[in-house]
Amino acid sequence: MRYLPKSPADREAMLKALGRRSVDDLFSQIPAEYRLTRDLNIPRQMAESEIVDFFRQRSRENGEGYTSFLGAGAYAHYRPVIIDSLISRGEFLTAYTPYQAEISQGTLQSIFEFQSMICELTGMEVANASMYDGSTAAAEAVMMAVRLTGRRSVVVARSLHPEYREVLATYATHQGMPLSVVGFADDGRLNLKELEKSITPETGCVLVQSPNFFGTIEDVAAIAEITHKHGAMLVVSIAEAVSLGIVEPPREADVIAMEAQSFGVPLGFGGPYCGVIATREKYVRQMPGRLVGQTVDKEGRRGFVLTLATREQHIRREKATSNICTNQALVALMVNIFMNVYGKVGLKELARQNLAKAAYAAGQFSRHGKILFGASPRFNEFVVQTSEDPQAINDGLLGHKMVGGLPLKKFYPELGNAALWCCTELTTRSAIDTAVGLVAESERVVSSAKSVSSTKEDVEEVAR
Amino acid sequence: MKSRIRKASLQVNQNEGLIFEKSSAGKAAWKLPPLDVPEVDAAKLLGSAERKDLGNMPEVSEIEIIRHFTRMSTWNYAIDLGMYNPRVNEAVARVEGIANGHPYQPEEISQGALQIIKTLSEQLIEITGMDAITLQPAAGAHGEMTGLLMVRAYHQSKGNARKKILIPDSAHGTNPATAAMVNYAVENLKSDSRGMVDVTALEAQMNEDVAALMLTNPNTLGVFEQDIHKIADVLHAKGGLLYMDGANMNALVGKVRPGDFGVDVMHLNLHKTFSTPHGGGGPGSGPVAIKKALEPFLPTPVVITKPDGTLGLEYDRPQSVGRVRAFYGNFGMFVRALAYIQANGPDGLRQTTEDAVLNANYIRKGLEGTYDLPYSTPSMHEVVFSDKLQLKKGVRTMDIAKRLIDYGFHPYTTAFPLIVPGALMIEPTESESKEEMDLFIDAMKSIAEEVEEDPQMVLDAPHSTRVSRLDETAAARKPVLRWKPSS
Repeated sequence: MRYLPKSPADREAMLKALGRRSVDDLFSQIPAEYRLTRDLNIPRQMAESEIVDFFRQRSRENGEGYTSFLGAGAYAHYRPVIIDSLISRGEFLTAYTPYQAEISQGTLQSIFEFQSMICELTGMEVANASMYDGSTAAAEAVMMAVRLTGRRSVVVARSLHPEYREVLATYATHQGMPLSVVGFADDGRLNLKELEKSITPETGCVLVQSPNFFGTIEDVAAIAEITHKHGAMLVVSIAEAVSLGIVEPPREADVIAMEAQSFGVPLGFGGPYCGVIATREKYVRQMPGRLVGQTVDKEGRRGFVLTLATREQHIRREKATSNICTNQALVALMVNIFMNVYGKVGLKELARQNLAKAAYAAGQFSRHGKILFGASPRFNEFVVQTSEDPQAINDGLLGHKMVGGLPLKKFYPELGNAALWCCTELTTRSAIDTAVGLVAESERVVSSAKSVSSTKEDVEEVAR
Repeated sequence: MKSRIRKASLQVNQNEGLIFEKSSAGKAAWKLPPLDVPEVDAAKLLGSAERKDLGNMPEVSEIEIIRHFTRMSTWNYAIDLGMYNPRVNEAVARVEGIANGHPYQPEEISQGALQIIKTLSEQLIEITGMDAITLQPAAGAHGEMTGLLMVRAYHQSKGNARKKILIPDSAHGTNPATAAMVNYAVENLKSDSRGMVDVTALEAQMNEDVAALMLTNPNTLGVFEQDIHKIADVLHAKGGLLYMDGANMNALVGKVRPGDFGVDVMHLNLHKTFSTPHGGGGPGSGPVAIKKALEPFLPTPVVITKPDGTLGLEYDRPQSVGRVRAFYGNFGMFVRALAYIQANGPDGLRQTTEDAVLNANYIRKGLEGTYDLPYSTPSMHEVVFSDKLQLKKGVRTMDIAKRLIDYGFHPYTTAFPLIVPGALMIEPTESESKEEMDLFIDAMKSIAEEVEEDPQMVLDAPHSTRVSRLDETAAARKPVLRWKPSS
C-alpha cells in the first residue's frame, strides 16, 4: 500500500522483536467469533489517476459551469489564490491540535489574529477560535445566553435561516428550552410589536439574523432596546460575513453568532464552513469553544496558548459549557487569510460591489416581478415574487446553464411564488440581464396564458 | 548531551510579529475588477445601517501575507503527524464542481455530490458492519450528540426515554458532556484491574433507567474490551443500547466490525480513521452509523434513490431527530475520506490497521521496564505508560513530553486517560517507519536516563524551541484574547 512506510522485511523484524509469528497474534484479544475472516466488500485499491478520474466525473455531474444566483446562507465570493497556497503547507494542513504550545505557535498566533479581526469586524470584545458552522454557532450562542440569564425560553425570528431554526429546535428540545417564533412585518423585518408581546419574564434571549434570510437588514438597535428592557439577551446571527464591510455590525447585541464562509471558504456543497461566536468580555467564561490567549514564556517572550480550558469538556466533563472539542482551524485559517487580503479598505469595496450588483439586479427584476420588502435596506439578496411558480422558472433557466433564486415555498408558503436571489461581486451584469430576460419571458407567457393584465402598479420603486 | 539527539538539529527560524503590527494605511493585497453596473450611494441604500469604519482591520501587501503565514507555519511541528493526509485528497476536493457546488442547487445538477455521499455511506456501513448512517455531524463530539439523540428518540418511541447514560471512567470528556447536552444523567462505570469494563459492576448498575452505555472500543488504554459480547448482552437484556465511540476505530478497520459485536450506534471520526487533514484542530466530520432499529430517527435530509434511478434528498421523515447542522455536513471531508478508502481498498485498509497495532506493540516492548506500564493487558493501536518511575525524581509526564520535543518528536497525549495518574498515552499510528520507531524508543530511553542524571534539565525542557514553556496560569488569570492598538 503506497501510503505505508514499511517493507515486508521491516514488519517481519518487528514481529520477531515482539516474539510473534504473525500479525494476527496481536489481535488475539478480539474474540475469534467476531474477527473478520474475509476482505471488506469495497472496491479494490485504485491508482491515483483513477481516483482523480472518479472525482472529475462526479464534478461534471455537479453543476460544473453553471451560473448561480443562489445565496441563502452559502455565498459564492472570489477566493484569492494565496488562500490555498498557504493552507496547503503541510505545517498548517497536517498539524495536530495545538495542545503543545511550544511547537504550535504558528497555529496559535494565527488563531489569535483571527479572534482579533473577528472582534474588529463585529464590534465585540472577544471571539472564539471558531465553531462548526453558523447554524450550530447560533444554537450554542442561545444556550450560552440561557446559562447567563438563568431564563430558559427563547424567542426566535421567523426570518432567521430556516435550517438554523431547525438546528436550534433540535438542540433546544432536550435542554428544556421552549422556543417561540416572531414573524416578520410587511417590510421583511422583525415584527417589533409581536416581539414585544412574545418576550416574557422567562425569556432568556432573542435570536435574530441580520441581514436576515431575505437579505433585509434588521433594526438591531430597536430589537435590542425591547429585548434588554425585559432583561433578556440579544443574540444576532450573521450568515453573510461580507455584509460587515458596509453594514453596521450589530453592536447592541450581547452575543454574535457568525458564519464566516463568505470569507474565502469554498461553497463545497455545504461544508466545511466556519462558525464563530463573539461576545462581551464579561461573558467569556460561559462562551463555548476553544480560545487562544497571549502570554509569555520563562524569558518573557510573547507567546500564545489555548486558554480558559476550565470551560471545556476535557476538564469539566458533564458540567462543560459545550461538548465541542474540535474547532474548524483550517477553515478559520482560510477566513483569516481572506481578511488579510481585503483588509480595512478592500472589505468595504468588496461589500460595495455586492451592494451595487444586488441593487442593479433588483431594479431590473422589479420591471417584471414584484420585489418583496423593497423599501427596507438590504445587502446582496432580495426576494422576487412572480406570477409563475419559481420552480418552473428555474427549470427554464437550467436549460441556459443558470441556477435561479431559491424558491421559498418550502420555507415560507405565505409568500406565494417567491424566490430568494443573490448577487455577489462575481455576478456579471450580462448574467443578470440574461436571467432577468428569461424571467420576463416566462412571466409574459404566463400572463398571456392567463390573460391577466400585468399589475405594474404593484411593482415597487426599488432602484432608489 | 545534545549528541544523544539523533532525529533533530536546530535551524534558524524567523521572527514575525502580529499582522496588525505590519499594517499601514494604503498597503493592499486586493484588486477588484471595475464595476459593470452603476455605482450606488451606500448612505442612500442603507441609511443609518451604513458602516463607515472597519476599525483596526489590517492593511498589508500580498507578499507580506505570504511571508507572514509561511514564517508562522515553520513554528508548527507538523508534516502528517498521526495519519498521513494524502495530497490527492486535497486535489480532488478542489475540482471545480466539487469545490463550488452550492448546497441548494437543484438535485438534477447535484448528482455528483449525492453520489459521493451515497458511495461513502455504503462503504462506511460495510466497514462498520452497521445498517444505516448519517454523515451530517460536523465532528466526533457532534456525532456523539446525534447518536444520543437517536438513542433518546428510539427509547421514546418505546414509551420511555429513560434517564441515564453509563460511561466508563476511562472515557473521553466529550462523552459525559454530550450526555448532558441531550439531558441524560451520567453514571460512572468503574474499570476493572485489566482496564476493562467490569461486567459484574455493569450488571449491578444496569436497569430500565439506563438508555445506553457509551463505550470506546478499543478503550482509551488501547485495550479491546474482551467481554464485549457479555457487555452487549447485559445492556440488551434490559432494553438498553450499546453506543460505541469510534475514536479508536483505526485499530479495528478490516479486522473486526462493531456491528458484528453488538454495537447499536456509533460515530466515526473521519479526521482520525479516514485521513482527512487534522488542520491544527479541524474541520472534523463525525458520521453516525446505526442498526436498523434506529433508522427512522436519522437526521434529515437523507440521500435516497428515486424511482427514476436518480438520487435525491428526502426530508419527510416524521420520526427524525431533526437537523443537527445546516445543509448536509462537512461534505469536503466526505470527498477526502472516500478518496482515501479508494486508494486503500480492502487490503490496504487492513494493512493500515495491522501496521498501527504493530507499531504500538513495538513501542510497548521497547519501553517496558523503562517506563511503568500500569495495565499489562495486551495493547491494540496505542499504549499507555505512567510517569511513576520518573516521579521519584520529581519529573512528570508533561516534563518528559516537553523534553521529547527537543528530540524532534511531537509528544504523546499527556495526563489522559484519567484512570492512569501521570499517563503517557502513545499512539504512533501506521505512518511511522521502523527506523522512526527505533529513534523514538531511543529518545524515550535517553530521556529516562536524563531524568536520573539531571532531572532539572528535563524539568526546564524544551530547550530548542522558539519559546520556552509558556505561562498558562497567567494566560487564564488575566486573559488577553485579542490584539488591541497600543495607544
